[in-house]
Amino acid sequence: MGFLKIRAQTALHVATLVAMAFALWMMFVWVPTDINQGVVQRILYIHVPVAWVSMVAIVGVAVASVMYLITKRENWDRLAASMAEAGVVFGAIMLISGMVWAKPVWEVWWTGEAKLTTALILFFIYVAYLMFRAYFPPGDQRMRLSAIIAIIGAIDTPIIYYASVLWQEAHPPLIVGPIAEEENLVAAQIGLTLLVSVIAFSFLFFSLLVTRLSLAKIEHEHEVLKYRISHTEMSAA
Amino acid sequence: MPADWNTSNPVDVRLTASLSIIWALTLKELRIESRNRDVAVAIVMFASLVIAIFAIAIEPNARTALETGPGVLWAAITFAGVVGMTRATSHELENDAVGALMLAPVSRDLVFIGKSLGSFVFLTIAMLIVFVVFAFMFNLSIFHAEILLVALLAAIGFASVGTLFSSLTFRVRAREVLLPMLFLPTVAPLLFAAIRVTSVSVAGETWSASLPWIQLAVVYDVVFVTASALLFGYVLDD
Repeated sequence: MGFLKIRAQTALHVATLVAMAFALWMMFVWVPTDINQGVVQRILYIHVPVAWVSMVAIVGVAVASVMYLITKRENWDRLAASMAEAGVVFGAIMLISGMVWAKPVWEVWWTGEAKLTTALILFFIYVAYLMFRAYFPPGDQRMRLSAIIAIIGAIDTPIIYYASVLWQEAHPPLIVGPIAEEENLVAAQIGLTLLVSVIAFSFLFFSLLVTRLSLAKIEHEHEVLKYRISHTEMSAA
Repeated sequence: MPADWNTSNPVDVRLTASLSIIWALTLKELRIESRNRDVAVAIVMFASLVIAIFAIAIEPNARTALETGPGVLWAAITFAGVVGMTRATSHELENDAVGALMLAPVSRDLVFIGKSLGSFVFLTIAMLIVFVVFAFMFNLSIFHAEILLVALLAAIGFASVGTLFSSLTFRVRAREVLLPMLFLPTVAPLLFAAIRVTSVSVAGETWSASLPWIQLAVVYDVVFVTASALLFGYVLDD
């Protein structure tokens, strides 16, 4: 069983490597440079897949947390925690790549645009979720309480988005984004590169997730062993 | 009170019993507060300090007061609210008061409602005092009906989310860090609503400009009071 599992993991990692290499070749070599934005537009091929993956992660954390509260099975808690970690890493890449793109195109690093505000607030919520897990001693209580935090975060998401949209309506952004022009430009090549890139990053996400999950399992076994040793010592003394 | 009182009795008796439990818990919170006045004083003093620092830093005139005032006011209240909640949870840890509360044969959502009602009362009183301080410091008249309404809605949301998160974090060693980290991003929509209603209202705009934000605050409160009350049962589930 264990052997088969390792084989499957290796296969996933190899597939990720191939997909990522292919996607990088497409986004840096194959696809032509955008006429309007120039070379900076290539950030799109990283920014969009990364944003997609962090969205998947947020939904995944919420689903796994609900499942944990229903079933009380540790696997769900480990899945939620691993997804949150991957989600925060991809979320950080999303925020940074977005800022690097915005500076030359919008002429500012940051604006109060709805999607930006929502992404930033969600990023903070999931960082807080991970901080909570880091500070709280492991055990049933931590699993339960962090599941509650994840569910609250998921419930908050649509409200935060609506509030950010409402906020932006009152304060229109100073520089209008080039979304309108972009839609015409998303020609076959750009669309295909984006698609391949999204698939490659999804592979990367699952690769990291699987690795993190097996690490979480080892961590758990380590905790159990430590507990047993300390108890045998106590009973021996 | 028998353990199965809520299944064997008719509806009106159950309602009266529930209300009396909520009332007893709220009264307990208020009685603790009236004895040492820890929480309300902490909120009022902290918020006033933040407002004073910003008033010194910005030196608001008629125009800048309108631009920066609402943001300063609500940031001060939100940060002060976190300080107040940290104070309130430390009462629960003394003599393991929360352990005794958990032994009480009452439904956990009633415990939640009682506790958050207590926090709501302190927050509302503290907010009104902070409003007066702000009105003097920024020379803005903010006692408008829509601002008071959004303040009330904000107090409901802050109290319910705050009660849930402070009972989540009170056993963690770094609760002073974790409570604001969890609380501030979660209440962000309410904060947006309060700031925007305050700024359109002090700028002399009509109710229609505040209405979408007040609706948002109502939706937020309904969702979070319900979700927090339901999830609170899992928090104290030991």
